[in-house]
Amino acid sequence: MIKQITTSLYDQFVADFELRSILSSSSESTELHELREKAFDQFRRLGFPNTKVEDWKYINLAPFLKHEFITEPEEELLAISEETIAKAKIQKLDCYRVIMINGQYNPGLSDNIPGETIVVSSLSAAMNKPAFTTHFGKYIALDSNHFAALNTAFFRDGLFIEIKTKVIVDKPIHIIHIVSPGNNNNLFLQPRQLFVTGAHSEVSIVESYFSTGDKDQQVFVNNVSEIAVGEQAHLQHYYIQTGNTNTSYIHHTEISQKASSLYNNYKASFPGTALLRNNLNVALDGENIESHLYGLYLAGGKQLIDNHTIVDHLKPNCYSNELYKGVMKDEAVAVFNGKIMVRKDAQKTNAFQKNNNLMLSRKAVVDSKPQLEIFADDVKCSHGSTIGQFNEDALFYLKARGIGEEKAKALLIHAFAYDVTEKIPIPEVQTHINLLIEEGLR
Amino acid sequence: MLSIKNLRASVEGKEILKGLSLEVKAGEIHAIMGPNGSGKSTLAAVLAGNEKYEVTGGEVWLDGKNLLELAPEDRAREGVFLAFQYPVEIPGVSNINFLRTAMNEIRTYRNLPAMESKEFLKMVKEKQKLVEFDAALTNRSLNEGFSGGEKKRNEIFQLAMLDPKLAVLDETDSGLDIDALRIVSKGVNKLRSDKNAFVLITHYQRLLDYIVPDFVHVLYNGQIAKTGTKELALELEEKGYDWLKEESKEKELA
Repeated sequence: MIKQITTSLYDQFVADFELRSILSSSSESTELHELREKAFDQFRRLGFPNTKVEDWKYINLAPFLKHEFITEPEEELLAISEETIAKAKIQKLDCYRVIMINGQYNPGLSDNIPGETIVVSSLSAAMNKPAFTTHFGKYIALDSNHFAALNTAFFRDGLFIEIKTKVIVDKPIHIIHIVSPGNNNNLFLQPRQLFVTGAHSEVSIVESYFSTGDKDQQVFVNNVSEIAVGEQAHLQHYYIQTGNTNTSYIHHTEISQKASSLYNNYKASFPGTALLRNNLNVALDGENIESHLYGLYLAGGKQLIDNHTIVDHLKPNCYSNELYKGVMKDEAVAVFNGKIMVRKDAQKTNAFQKNNNLMLSRKAVVDSKPQLEIFADDVKCSHGSTIGQFNEDALFYLKARGIGEEKAKALLIHAFAYDVTEKIPIPEVQTHINLLIEEGLR
Repeated sequence: MLSIKNLRASVEGKEILKGLSLEVKAGEIHAIMGPNGSGKSTLAAVLAGNEKYEVTGGEVWLDGKNLLELAPEDRAREGVFLAFQYPVEIPGVSNINFLRTAMNEIRTYRNLPAMESKEFLKMVKEKQKLVEFDAALTNRSLNEGFSGGEKKRNEIFQLAMLDPKLAVLDETDSGLDIDALRIVSKGVNKLRSDKNAFVLITHYQRLLDYIVPDFVHVLYNGQIAKTGTKELALELEEKGYDWLKEESKEKELA
């Protein structure tokens, strides 16, 4: 744990937990209660990670955790203006819109989804559902994930989505997560999501992150999402991460895939958010599974963007492909740590991984660390990582046609990102992300 | 139109052009031939402003503008066009978007309004026809997946679109089969006028069967060693370049 600076925050959580046990007002199940106890024990043991912890070696969290946070905020529904929501919308996207404010589901601002085959509710309202008891808290290794353990001990609420067996959702579900510091306080938020997609179901879930508020008030979001993808189900999952410099995110996503399912993750992160740590773990727990992880990070200012991914091949005959591309401006720092595990049983695995970085500034830093751990002997795996500058030949070619330096560079940046953006299946989302790239380059 | 005086240029500290002089007038076609390593492509790159080459002496003027003082993009805007020997593939930049950006940047430089979409697309169609370049350009990345011949034809198509004063074709004929060569040459012949000029850099005489030059220059050891008419090209085809080496040795001795 980080001594001194974060000791107070650590102590605060210890006190919070004790207080919660005394009050014990919870209507939660014994099972969940026990899970929280277990998670808290892990957090108490682990504390906040410092740079001596291998998975956190490139990031010093101390400056982000030193603030005085309100860790148990009042359950107030913040008023968010239509204008703010409008900013986070995706132009022309026909979708079911879900609004989350400071981690709380806001049914009033969200679209009502008719029928019972697509369930969207607050997490607290779903705790008695079979999908919850079957999947909740079942996939994350709490003994090595400091923040996921903390979240599991303390989360209050969040979002639950269930797509029933064989349901093909007719349009994307667009979740807009807005965080705001509210009444002059620094907030430490710990929202939680559980998405369960039934066998043979198909759905696209687009999640946009957006923050408001001024620089003086900090919001630290420790988010955990668990996603269970059923047999032969298809889930297209998008993260569009924007935010103000007053916001820091630890964003843990744990995916468990069953046989013959498809999970694609498209993640685009933009300048703003001071700290963005994404843990994206996919477990391929069945045969004939396909997973694609596409990432694009455009980092600027003094931003820190850290992507840690684990693709865990547990069973034979699966395919995974990961491509992360980074465009680095100013004094931004990015980390890419991609781990591929191929377990002993996972013969005939195809697993590929690539991370490319384009440096626009001399002061930007990238730490790229691919990791392969292979225990099976009949597999095809590859990984690669590049850090480079503009292709001088391409730049000259464009200039030789009369295109000025600035425009030529912008064209090449879009081209660099294109390997990722072209993969985005929803045209409106693709356009939206291209616009955010343009904005982010200014 | 183009006046090159005693041009010297080096790459990575090695001098390639050693005092090259050349005068090109509007309406003329000049062919530059020469053995490998004589400096042909260096000349093309220096004219277009490639920063990998360092100009160490001499002058280049285009209609009264000091070309060496201009950035590559401004040279293009002033009317210099280089058809690349190896056109670069740029995945993710669409052909159409690239061309449109180039056209509009050039037009802005010349204080002309941006072209309307409709007008632009009409022009694309026309010029594609002119150079018999029927590759689908929309939704395709710049030169990506193009065959060698298609890339070269795309260069000529761009030339047709941008309508430069001075076009420098750097071994546009290399790697082309006879049909493609004929098409490229036909395109150039249609585009030539009394207002523009072409400098053809080539290894082979066969291009000059299709595009008849007014002058043929032999580049050797960074200088123009000999200038003649198209007959010189035939002579080179027959005799090769070895006699040049002899001649230049004799010169040195004398």
